[in-house]
Amino acid sequence: MAKQPIDQFVAKLPADTRAAVYQSTKATHEKRAKMLLDQFADADRLRQLAGEIKQHVVENLDTYLPQVEAKLKANGAQVHWAATSEEACATVLKIMQARGATKMVKAKTMVSEEIELAHYLEKRGIEALETDLGEFIVQIDHDTPSHLVRPIIHKNRREIAQSFEREGLGAYNDDPETITRRARKFLRHKFLAADVGLTGANFVSAESGRLAVVTNEGNSRFSLAATKCHIALVGIEKLVPRDRDLGLFLNLLARSATAQQLTVYTEFISGPKAATQPDGPEEMHVIFVDNNRTEVLASDCRSILRCIRCGACLNVCPVYRQASGHAYRSVYPGPLGSVLSPLLAAEKFAEKADLPKACSVCGACNEACPVNIPLPELLLRLRDKGKREHAPLASAGTPPMGAWAMMASSPFVWKTALFGGKLIDLVPHKLVPVPAMQAWTEKRTLPKWQGGDFRRWMKNRKTS
Amino acid sequence: MDLAHRILPGADKRVQLMATCLCDAFYADAARATVEVLEYLGCQLEFPEGQTCCGQPAFNGGDWAASRKVVRHTVRTFAGELPVIVPSASCAAMLFHGALLEFEKEPDLPEVKQLASRTWELADFIVNGLGVKSWPGRYEAKVAFHRSCHSRGTETGPAALTLLSSIAGTTVVPVGEAEQCCGFGGTFSVAFPNVSTRMGALKLEHVRALQPDVLVGIDMSCMMHLGGLAEKAGEPIKTQHLAQVLRDSLKNGKLL
Repeated sequence: MAKQPIDQFVAKLPADTRAAVYQSTKATHEKRAKMLLDQFADADRLRQLAGEIKQHVVENLDTYLPQVEAKLKANGAQVHWAATSEEACATVLKIMQARGATKMVKAKTMVSEEIELAHYLEKRGIEALETDLGEFIVQIDHDTPSHLVRPIIHKNRREIAQSFEREGLGAYNDDPETITRRARKFLRHKFLAADVGLTGANFVSAESGRLAVVTNEGNSRFSLAATKCHIALVGIEKLVPRDRDLGLFLNLLARSATAQQLTVYTEFISGPKAATQPDGPEEMHVIFVDNNRTEVLASDCRSILRCIRCGACLNVCPVYRQASGHAYRSVYPGPLGSVLSPLLAAEKFAEKADLPKACSVCGACNEACPVNIPLPELLLRLRDKGKREHAPLASAGTPPMGAWAMMASSPFVWKTALFGGKLIDLVPHKLVPVPAMQAWTEKRTLPKWQGGDFRRWMKNRKTS
Repeated sequence: MDLAHRILPGADKRVQLMATCLCDAFYADAARATVEVLEYLGCQLEFPEGQTCCGQPAFNGGDWAASRKVVRHTVRTFAGELPVIVPSASCAAMLFHGALLEFEKEPDLPEVKQLASRTWELADFIVNGLGVKSWPGRYEAKVAFHRSCHSRGTETGPAALTLLSSIAGTTVVPVGEAEQCCGFGGTFSVAFPNVSTRMGALKLEHVRALQPDVLVGIDMSCMMHLGGLAEKAGEPIKTQHLAQVLRDSLKNGKLL
């Protein structure tokens, strides 16, 4: 029987990678949980409230998107709409070409990973340099991020030191502070020489058109200070209704993502440089990216669009802790990714249909989610979708349920099987040619069959 | 899931017992203990003979059409108005949460909802349905309690702890990383054997660190996984269902 790719990936994952991912996610999760408990009287209520606000936004995008477009235009920004990743990339290219720009400094944005912007631009002769330290390391290694917030959670400092040496950033030195200083020195010149700064937006207020961008390294702020043109790539679901909602969301985001009270840098950007301001980009473009989000909105999984990309569900997920991000073959890993990636894949859903199965439906993700997304429920819905659409990856490794359902809806057959099941104890379990049995007994014993014993006991005591 | 609207037992305490397929096949004593405990509390039990399974394996495995077939059978088998008591947080959650999800667009959703509103997990029923807040008898043991995942967001976990910690002679020790899953997960346990057993090994590490006399659960599925893993590794641990602890406590106290 076909095996599950994520389970195979886990079997081959080096022990030190697994240990690093496990320790780091566990520590962040525990710190976050304690912080929320210590600092708020009812943190759970905050999650619910934030979830209600985001759900409201998701269900009223037709009102909020035109509203934010009008605000941004009034603020002097230019607004673009991109239906596909290709359109989004082409829009960025066009903006750059119009300015004769060839150098971009990029802050960390997941949507740029989703549309593979850096590759697109590089192929067309434009330098698109990642300035977030983790993303920079991913880029020089031609790797992909393995966590929403910590793209290099799968790497250790020795590997990073080797990469820096290879790239001519100094002789081998695996001291984290040295690595950071070297990156800083290298990037500083790049910021100053860049034509365009690209950021995402963690939130956009529909009320004012104000973008909120958070970082811990100040790289997005530097991109905006040093370049004349700011491009913001924003998923259409990133809105909040009002400026005052930002208080709630910034509080929850920092705690959920990195167990900080607030990120080191929090920028509010409402337009290009004003005439009275000495510095800042003279041109600002906001590109709203759909890339199949509208289809997600039309589905029964639309609550996934509440997601604020904090990574709390990854950190608490027992499967992610064993598998790490690359196992998910997607930009978005973990529970959130197992819902979002197959949905964003749209007509290629079948290629990602195994992701919703990589879950024991334990519900820890839902408890951790700062916008209270019912992730287990969404994962279960996608399992049903995978089965209905006959996606082979959705069924790999799962025992066929049709025959079981026949048995479990006929009391006579059920009882016969219960009493007859004792036969299973007469042969060594490893010789039973049932894949599920093999998978179970490789590392676990099976208890002795007691089929029918309880029923017999019930019957006897009634008659006695 | 709205737990506030569950059907409470009447004065005659008549209830229906759903023994679960796992107890039916592997854990007869956990089901026996459930009967003995409920009868001790004055309940009159009905055991619908036609019962099979709650439908969760297929629901969880993604075959909702197959699962609905089994749920429909279960709804027919447990007809009536009586509370249905299940010695499993997982099967109970299937009936009051999972089934509602897969019947969302089905014409017989009201019937499924009706069963959901009558379904109680055992510990929750004892504490919140019957109002029993402490447990008599005696049970000398250091108990590690495994809060299974399907009790999240329900009253089951606190109820089980209320009962356990009230027993004379019992010391309950908190298991580290209690919010982490043991790795069973239904069909997940065989579709993802590597992930599942690694998760189980982590859980066992936490349990072993406490050196408990017994690992007590509210779902025999988790116990089957953890117990099976420990036994295969050559270091078996003693596992019990909460109902068995309650029953043994009564026996030790000569109350049964």
